Amino acid sequence: MSSVYSEIILDYYRHPRNKGTLEHPQISAKDSNPLCGDIIEMQLELDKNNDVKDVKFNGQGCAISQASASMLTELVKGKKLDDVRNISKEEILSLIGGQLSAVRLKCALLSLKVLKTGVYSYLGSESSSKEELSQL
Amino acid sequence: MQRHAQVVSNKESSAYEVARIRTDFPILQREINGRPLVYLDNAATSQKPAQVIQALNQFYNHYNANVYRGVYRISEEATVAYEEARRKVAQFINARDPSEIVFVRGTTEAINLVAYSWGRSNIGLGDSIMLTEMEHHSNIVPWQQLAREKGASLKYVGISDDGRLIRGDAHQHLEAGNVKLLAVTHVSNVLGTINPIRELTREAHKYGCKVLVDGAQSVPHMPIDVQDLNCDFLAFSGHKMCGPTGIGVLYGKRELLQQMEPYQSGGEMIREVHLYEATFKDAPFKFEAGTTDIAGAIGLGAATDYLSNLGLRKVRDHDKEITKYAMDALGKVKGLTMYGPADPETRGGVISFNLADVHAHDMASMLDEDGIAVRSGHHCAQPLMERLGVAATTRASVYLYNTEDEIDRLVESVERAGRVFKI
Repeated sequence: MSSVYSEIILDYYRHPRNKGTLEHPQISAKDSNPLCGDIIEMQLELDKNNDVKDVKFNGQGCAISQASASMLTELVKGKKLDDVRNISKEEILSLIGGQLSAVRLKCALLSLKVLKTGVYSYLGSESSSKEELSQL
Repeated sequence: MQRHAQVVSNKESSAYEVARIRTDFPILQREINGRPLVYLDNAATSQKPAQVIQALNQFYNHYNANVYRGVYRISEEATVAYEEARRKVAQFINARDPSEIVFVRGTTEAINLVAYSWGRSNIGLGDSIMLTEMEHHSNIVPWQQLAREKGASLKYVGISDDGRLIRGDAHQHLEAGNVKLLAVTHVSNVLGTINPIRELTREAHKYGCKVLVDGAQSVPHMPIDVQDLNCDFLAFSGHKMCGPTGIGVLYGKRELLQQMEPYQSGGEMIREVHLYEATFKDAPFKFEAGTTDIAGAIGLGAATDYLSNLGLRKVRDHDKEITKYAMDALGKVKGLTMYGPADPETRGGVISFNLADVHAHDMASMLDEDGIAVRSGHHCAQPLMERLGVAATTRASVYLYNTEDEIDRLVESVERAGRVFKI
């Protein structure tokens, strides 16, 4: 079994990329994992073509939740909003690498859940996405 | 000289026993990631010896039947075994009489039973319920609900930085008047602190304040004598003391249980039912509505046999020895903080810690990679976490089958986490 605590995860945890807050985000969402108290906030600034111009995350919690949030910001930067919408949990998990127990999957996917909540809310399709979000 | 010799021989016999005791627990044969399971989450639930598993099998395979009403052979056998379990539990905590033992689902239900039944009749507007900052949520939330319903208030006994109750707080609250109940844990499930229940009870009773003790972390681990403690209620769970899940106990002084109204109503707990009214059986039966967890009670009876055969004094000494060993070893790990009293004499086998800025869940995951089961999080004690100023802790909790070798593996793995996280 390969440990999820790779050099890469530790590096993102200790030196998070895109951590902070944006001044004028069009999209902003926040959620927590009540089980372990992980908190993640994601903010997106869009250009006029609805491409992601800038992105920041903020939060606190375990290495997996914080590193995956940071990795996610790098993944979405410069992407079209429609592509951001279609990011799958498999993409996040392959970035993280290593094996995760069911409980820790929640940590790994919290940032994606927050991001999608924000994007759907911005696009006004909140109700149709409930089911998908509940899968995360 | 003689005394020294005795200590040495005790140590030898207890070391021998641990190896033998471990063979009673089938699950300890399991390997996780190619290494023997090290189970250190005993404060959450204990493992079960073959003797208890066999008692459950025996019930289901040979005399499974509902209790009390069947006139046939196996129903009678089931009734005898169920009531025998009640008698064993009574003896285990030195209750005066088996009728002081109510079978419930666990500690949580026992506390809820007292809150709903005794609490509703005895707590009123302007009264107070005294709790402590180290309570488990299950000994906070039922009282919050009751206080809200009745217009009563909650008062808290604070804790010192080393995790002990500030007795002066209790005294002040009692002096202020109208404190009707003290609900307090015997052993903290986070700090391990053993609270001075006998003394607290003595003081509370002077003010006419009843005392409910949460014994979830004490009854499995040390000799308990409810007559000596003189508490009015004691709540505990079977599954933390080698018994099955789903069964627990509310001990209550006979005269209190007799006065109390039923908590749930239905079959088995009634004397007579007419279309518009019913009369209830005496305690403990009036609190055991419907078909109870018969197998669970029988399994719990077998667990008390198992523990009594080992001797609770020996179990306590073993816990203490392993706890001391673990605290000494963990104390040497760079960047590690332990919470609670420093002296193993005054604490149970619960060790909460954090390693520098490593999140408790990351620590627990890393230990899991090495086959070590510990708990991480707020341990259902968020007010205590706030008091400690931490979001979460990692908690290793020991029991009668744990060994120094297992603690070595724990420490080795904690050190590995420290290296990975570059502490």
